[in-house]
Amino acid sequence: MSPVATHLLINLVQVLFLLTFAPLLEGVLARLEEMIQAKHGPSVFQPYRDIYKLFGKDEVVSEQSTWVFRFAPVIHFVMPLFVVLLIPALTAYPLFFAFMGDMVAVGFLMGIGGFFVALAAMDTGNVYGPVGASRTRMVGFLAEPVFMMVFFSVSYVANSTIPYIVTNAWAKSWASMLQPAHLLVLIAFFMLFLADEGRIPVDSPSGKVEIAMIGHSKSLEYSGTGAALMKWGGAMKLMVLTIVFLNVLITPWGLATTTHWGDVLFAIPKVLGKMFLFLVALAVVETSLAKLRLFRISEFLAAAFVICLFAMSVRLVGIG
Amino acid sequence: MSTQMLETARALDGFIAALFVVFALGAIVTRQMRGTLYLFALHSLALTASAIVLAVALHSPHLGWVAFITFSTKVVAVPIVLSLAAGSEIYERREVDQVLTIPMSVLVAAVLALIAWMATLPLVHAVPDRPFAAINLPTGLISILFGAFTVAVRREGVAQLMGLLIMESGAFFASVSLVNELSVIAEIAAAVDVPIAALVIGLLIRNIHHVTGMTRVGSLSKLREYP
Repeated sequence: MSPVATHLLINLVQVLFLLTFAPLLEGVLARLEEMIQAKHGPSVFQPYRDIYKLFGKDEVVSEQSTWVFRFAPVIHFVMPLFVVLLIPALTAYPLFFAFMGDMVAVGFLMGIGGFFVALAAMDTGNVYGPVGASRTRMVGFLAEPVFMMVFFSVSYVANSTIPYIVTNAWAKSWASMLQPAHLLVLIAFFMLFLADEGRIPVDSPSGKVEIAMIGHSKSLEYSGTGAALMKWGGAMKLMVLTIVFLNVLITPWGLATTTHWGDVLFAIPKVLGKMFLFLVALAVVETSLAKLRLFRISEFLAAAFVICLFAMSVRLVGIG
Repeated sequence: MSTQMLETARALDGFIAALFVVFALGAIVTRQMRGTLYLFALHSLALTASAIVLAVALHSPHLGWVAFITFSTKVVAVPIVLSLAAGSEIYERREVDQVLTIPMSVLVAAVLALIAWMATLPLVHAVPDRPFAAINLPTGLISILFGAFTVAVRREGVAQLMGLLIMESGAFFASVSLVNELSVIAEIAAAVDVPIAALVIGLLIRNIHHVTGMTRVGSLSKLREYP
């Protein structure tokens, strides 16, 4: 088999990896949080059952809505699939599409999904949708400068914004992993992760009170296939950001270094193991912090921004 | 010590220094009193870790003593003393009043950090024989400036005390990279001052709370006499 065909096949495996395990990630996180709160919690396979059930249900669409409402779940579902082609999900070496886009492109693709979902939320005329959409935009508006600063800091530290090059730059030695700028970027990115994914302390993902919702009220109007795509897309977005955080920024190890199928497939349990450890840490953070009031979110993101600024500054003054 | 080990120690110290700055920043932006206290304990823990790394890298038992004393006083004793002396009602308050808003404080903190880095650059070049000064000097100065800023902007007695203690930790963080042969007696004397200061100020804050019903010292602009 030619190297190009092998790379394309591995890309396909990465997409299948994302499609298959994204709901599991969400299920494990929900179960871990319930266990920390001394509850039994739902099965880790519950998101699969929910998605299966929703695909079998009829879809109800408001007569007031336009094509945007029908189109948004598809965009929300497809964008993480594009993103996983650009990032080192299973391999440490760049694949066929690796140089089609950098980390800014990853943010851009995610942004398109978020943009259409926000439009769709306002499209139906439901009261809570526009409230959620405007709140999400507010958080996004505050988070975007931090995202840009993270990208700038990463490019300073690793001399590139291509995820594969960043991974290899940091995987070189322990000393490069321990750089102060690297640690500061990690902290800022984790804070962004919490804000972008609507996790505590920014938003409560398990909250059922419409008036307090930020991100989740945007998908209240969806039913049937639309709701299934929104749920599956949301799980894939969580997994893609986790992959970026783990495989690119924090633990760039355990990835396949050759094109042998055994090596590539053995990377799957290793990456899932890393994800499990990260989910345990995330569950502890989520259960030990309280949700911030809406107008305090700016303070949380301002702190992330300044931490990024520190990362760039220590690099500029030559400390690390 | 081999060059590679020294590089690893420097990398580890840089990692700890980054945490030291983040915890000091956290103490500025956290509104809850208990959160500020925990961040101070973590800040002191980072100071302890840095002293341990320097003690091992420079083969200095004195710095080992500094680490032990810092841990026992600032990580253990001061939080306990402050929790007991200031009273639980002060820690149950939801938010601390500030002169500046938190986003504004954060931006000022960023400027202070830049000033500290720029100000210490010539000093670092002046002590080329101190391998950790390039990391610890600016980081210590950042902590001193952050502590002073916390004292200036917070209108809460306990939070202001945290600012003072963060300043003191910053001075230690910088000094351990310059002077690593200080007598243990001097280290103990300096370290014992800290819990005593925390105890005195904690009791003072408790009395202020008892008399005025609050600890927002920023609101106490004039003296009040007992009838």
